[in-house]
Amino acid sequence: MPAPRCASCHKARAALRRPRSGQALCTTCFCASFEAEVLHTVVAGRLLPPGAVVAVGASGGKDSTVLAHVLRELAPRLGISLHLVAVDEGIGGYRDAALAAVRRQAARWELPLTVVAYAELFGGWTMDAVARSTAGSGRSRSCCTFCGVLRRRALEEGARRVGATHVVTGHNADDMAETVLMNFLRGDAGRLARGGGLGSPGEGGALPRCRPLQLASQKEVVLYAHFRRLDYFSEECVYAPEAFRGHARDLLKLLEAARPSAVLDLVHSAERLALAPAARPPPPGACSRCGALASRALCQACALLEGLNRGRPRLAIGKGRRGLDEEGSPREPQPSGPPTSEPIPGF
Amino acid sequence: MLWQVLEGLSQDSAKRLRFVPGVVFADEGAACGQSPEDRAKTLAEAKLVLQTVGFPWHIVALEEVFSLPPSVLRCSAREPVGTEGAYKAAVDSFLQQHHVLGEEKQSRPCPQHPQGRAGPPTAGQTEALSRLFNSVKTLTAKEELLQTLRTHLILHVARTHGYSKVMTGDSCTRLAVKLMTSLALGRGAFLAWDTGFSDERHGDVVVVRPMREHTLKEVAFYNRLFAVPSVFTPAVDTKAPEKASIHRLMEAFILRLQAQFPSTVSTVYRTSEKLVKAPRDGCAAGTPGPRCLLCMCVLDVDTADSATAFGAQTSSQLPQTQPPVAEAEAPTVSCCHSGMGRAQHCCRMEADPRACDPRACVTAQLCYGCRVNMKDLVSGGPSPAREQAGAGLGLRLRSPGTSGSSLLQPSLDPLPPYILAEAQLRSQRAEAEQEIQERLLEAEDGARPGATSAEQAHEDGARPGATSAEQEGADGL
Repeated sequence: MPAPRCASCHKARAALRRPRSGQALCTTCFCASFEAEVLHTVVAGRLLPPGAVVAVGASGGKDSTVLAHVLRELAPRLGISLHLVAVDEGIGGYRDAALAAVRRQAARWELPLTVVAYAELFGGWTMDAVARSTAGSGRSRSCCTFCGVLRRRALEEGARRVGATHVVTGHNADDMAETVLMNFLRGDAGRLARGGGLGSPGEGGALPRCRPLQLASQKEVVLYAHFRRLDYFSEECVYAPEAFRGHARDLLKLLEAARPSAVLDLVHSAERLALAPAARPPPPGACSRCGALASRALCQACALLEGLNRGRPRLAIGKGRRGLDEEGSPREPQPSGPPTSEPIPGF
Repeated sequence: MLWQVLEGLSQDSAKRLRFVPGVVFADEGAACGQSPEDRAKTLAEAKLVLQTVGFPWHIVALEEVFSLPPSVLRCSAREPVGTEGAYKAAVDSFLQQHHVLGEEKQSRPCPQHPQGRAGPPTAGQTEALSRLFNSVKTLTAKEELLQTLRTHLILHVARTHGYSKVMTGDSCTRLAVKLMTSLALGRGAFLAWDTGFSDERHGDVVVVRPMREHTLKEVAFYNRLFAVPSVFTPAVDTKAPEKASIHRLMEAFILRLQAQFPSTVSTVYRTSEKLVKAPRDGCAAGTPGPRCLLCMCVLDVDTADSATAFGAQTSSQLPQTQPPVAEAEAPTVSCCHSGMGRAQHCCRMEADPRACDPRACVTAQLCYGCRVNMKDLVSGGPSPAREQAGAGLGLRLRSPGTSGSSLLQPSLDPLPPYILAEAQLRSQRAEAEQEIQERLLEAEDGARPGATSAEQAHEDGARPGATSAEQEGADGL
């Protein structure tokens, strides 16, 4: 049976059914529709004002590739200029290939590229070194905790170097849904309170961050990349199987099979969560060492590095940061209850 | 929970509970597809347990939802909560009353018969109920519908018999699962009401969950050690495969994760304690907006074109060739005003307001979570034609009258009449208020004389029902 006609232009044969609404669309109309939705998100949420210099966090993966491509298409209409910022975490065998993909993209799209390396920024610590350092502690390695925090810092630093006014990342709807599930399962009330919106407006000197692809589901991102024949790097990080997010991801896959709109329902729930004021993170100040945004005396990146440098990598992870030279933070930073920020390993 | 209450009320407990309890048992056999013999057997077992407990008890069948009044869906005013002094005084007077009645109560046997119900449900009602549940395509929506109807029914029983609180036996584990399920269903805004200790959205009747600190394991041990009798009834999702519904999935997932990380349930529970019953900062604080028809929480939907998940889903239904029309200026209660300019009064053109898409009228009065469930009701899987007809867009090009007669149009008939009646009443009231608002504005600046006369012409037409609703609205204002 031949494919039905495109529901929008009624001329070409449909190439796919949109996962979200079941509409049959041809490739051109789908791509146009996708771009229109991203444009709408940016405009309606007032994320990128005209004249903004936007640093795109490019990892070489499908999300950041699609993001860079769409923003490049929309840049004339929005009046923004783009810079690619890639972060080299020093994960052997993975990051080198990804960076090669980013370099190819930058060359093809003629966008300026800046590469920021952990080793350069954080005193010689690469992710591989971090993994080795945390391996011996008998519990799970929690590499993703380190990598996530340090990458944000690196991205911010890279954005500053190119003189950007906004930072965008390619998180899609599935990422947001997984995040809210994960935060509930781990009891991370602080992150739940902070998340859910379209990005942070940038307080106290940090650059405003946003996620234009937030309302696009992962399937559609993949389809868009396929139809536009974009070149991206599609392997999983070496340390990914150990992450807690894997559980949330499996759950999300199952939920989506049971109800296709589950992803957007979760994003809607995340937007509307109301947490008690006591659970919200304290108003941000500045880190005493590096001057970055921090809710305590030391920002998380500095605290993690301090722990690594002292040979006690788990110093800054979990409840209470005793041992770090902080001027007594009077509030107990984590919620009361069983220590839950680290999952107890099954092995 | 019953056993605990029994113990708490007994003469020799250290801290006696001070309330007068009754027990409600809801028979849902028809929804679960049980045969009449099975239902009778379950009922007999349940009666045995209830008689052992000794409190006044009521057995209601789910079929009775078809005879509920629409007032169930209205939030009645609560009696003003007193201060500490008033509480003590109330307890004292209660104790005195109890003393006086104490001897009498001992001699009188507890009422054995169910109160206020006239016999078992009729076959017609049972059939209507099975038709309703069979018309729901997904198990998720079935479970949600069952919960909603059960809540309404118990609420009604509580109200008619003068109970001010309803206690449910949800344990910690079940509440953790319920929280995650509600998240996945889009009810993130209402988590505090769905899983908190007390739930006062119905106004005069408060739902409390005293067992929320006990895990299922503890409850099982308690029942076994103290030989608490229990009755097993198959539920709507018994023997369903694990992936059949979101509820099943979540339950299986959480229990599996709990085996690996033993703190999962307690973590989720602690997080739920941090939720507050307020709209998120940044949303319009002030007078709370309209309430959802089914779950009675304040509506949590925004304008259809906003940069939120809700906006993404409603605007995505537009075909590419049409410019994105501003779908709704505000979360309107009546479908007639969504997306239409003032000149296109779709409902006003019809003589009878019911000719406009009833499904859209109901949908517009629901919160996000209930809307997603409603999509599964009758319509089945997503399909563009039905979605466009049913999503309340009442598209710009054709009048809704035709969509009502199309064969693809899913009907709301299986729904119990009280829901439909209340939906209609609310939409009529909103229309009436809207009319009055307009008239007030126009009286001030005298603009648009053409529209005014057109409205008056329609109003003078054959719409007796609407006129009286309007009168009501006027008196209210």
